[in-house]
Amino acid sequence: MKHSFIDQYSDRDSFMHRLDPRSKFLVTWLFILAVTLTPPNRGQVFVFYLALIMVLIFLSGVPILYILRRSLVIVPFVLLVAIFLPFFKGGEAMGSYNLGWGSLTISDYRLQILANLLVKAWLSVLSLILLISTTRLSHLLEGLERLHLPRALVMILSFMYRYIFVLVDEVMRMRQARDSRNFGGKRWWQIQTVGRMVGTLFIRSYERGERVYAAMLTRGFDGHSRTLNKLSFKRADAYFGIGFSLVLALASVLSVLGG
Amino acid sequence: MAEIIQIENLSFRYPDGQIALTGVSLTISQGERVGIIGPNGAGKSTLLLHLNGVLGSNGRVEVFGEPISERNLREVRKRVGLVFQNPDDQLFSPTVFDDVAFGPINLGYGEDAVRQSVARALDWVGMTGYELRLPYHLSLGEKKRVALATVLSMNPEILVLDEPTSDLDPRSKWALIGLLQKMPMTLVIASHDLELVKALCERVIVLDGGRVVADGATEWILADRVLLSAHGLAPAG
Repeated sequence: MKHSFIDQYSDRDSFMHRLDPRSKFLVTWLFILAVTLTPPNRGQVFVFYLALIMVLIFLSGVPILYILRRSLVIVPFVLLVAIFLPFFKGGEAMGSYNLGWGSLTISDYRLQILANLLVKAWLSVLSLILLISTTRLSHLLEGLERLHLPRALVMILSFMYRYIFVLVDEVMRMRQARDSRNFGGKRWWQIQTVGRMVGTLFIRSYERGERVYAAMLTRGFDGHSRTLNKLSFKRADAYFGIGFSLVLALASVLSVLGG
Repeated sequence: MAEIIQIENLSFRYPDGQIALTGVSLTISQGERVGIIGPNGAGKSTLLLHLNGVLGSNGRVEVFGEPISERNLREVRKRVGLVFQNPDDQLFSPTVFDDVAFGPINLGYGEDAVRQSVARALDWVGMTGYELRLPYHLSLGEKKRVALATVLSMNPEILVLDEPTSDLDPRSKWALIGLLQKMPMTLVIASHDLELVKALCERVIVLDGGRVVADGATEWILADRVLLSAHGLAPAG
């Protein structure tokens, strides 16, 4: 079965693709930090962030529509977390609805926070998608390791990337096997069946883990992960990193002055 | 010929109590190509896992004239290359290069030596140019080749393969057999694919219920219909 790549477009060639994963990771982290720390009422600064990320997307040559479409995936999650915010007390009341058993008040301040949360999450996700679309995941993992992220975490991420589609395939095969035996009946029965499938999947993954570990032992694994250094921090990385940090600093100054 | 693997009365029981091997004794000489055949659940894979110490053997398995122990485990695993049946278990790295380089890096090779052994191993199995590909997106035949390369990169003296042709279509299967025919080292192949064994091995060991039930020249054993059907390797009657 075929699946989309997690890091689709990451094998292309552009200025953004050629940068060292470490500089891209650090810059993305800085960007998210700056976006998160900007006060909610600085509209122009957020427009500036958006323009900045659009320039980078343009430089990377990754289709803008692809990135936008992908970024929409997070909206439901943010909404789910933030949807109740406008109903909490605080700020000026915009409207009040009498629902019989009590009144519901929406405050403009809280509504602003909701909008702000959405914008910040969206900008952050845009930058993350750009990072993933311009960096091979194997290179990114290597970069994280060189940045002294704990080895165990890097290995967990690496195995996740390697096996996620193997698992998806397994689930799809199990579903086909289930459906071809006329799956149906009562809701409770269906839930039970799904529960058993989850259990089976867990046991299969656990056993696969044991086999993978045996395969690692066979090739001399002794608990230490070792990798070759295939990364090189080039002059372009320094320029890009410094330049981008300065631009972000400018944005922060603007947002402080704006207050 | 020098005896390269010597197993003396090996028994093994899994932690859940299931008995996998009972009193297995056998000797394999340098340069031999031995097929281990037997029905599903005969203990073939369990036996292979003893050959490089993934499963402990209390000194009943000797390779290169020395019992496998904690002390020589590293050396043994370099000299005995074991390829697992399912390439999705064998290939666990994000890229083909990382997977083939995994063994040499663990052996402590320098960067140049690692790159050289990876290039040589991939060339050997005809997969040069696949270095940056993701193992998941390869075809099964390609995965099996890369899995082979992951141990060839350590330059083993004994190559141990578990069901190398399972699930392959005939074209990929014969291509893989052709590849294995060119391997100069000692080969131990567990399989129930009799065509593979016939094409590659001069000697066959039949395993059933965790015991060695026959050991001899390939043409004799594969011609013995009674023996084969008694152990589920040919239709009864």
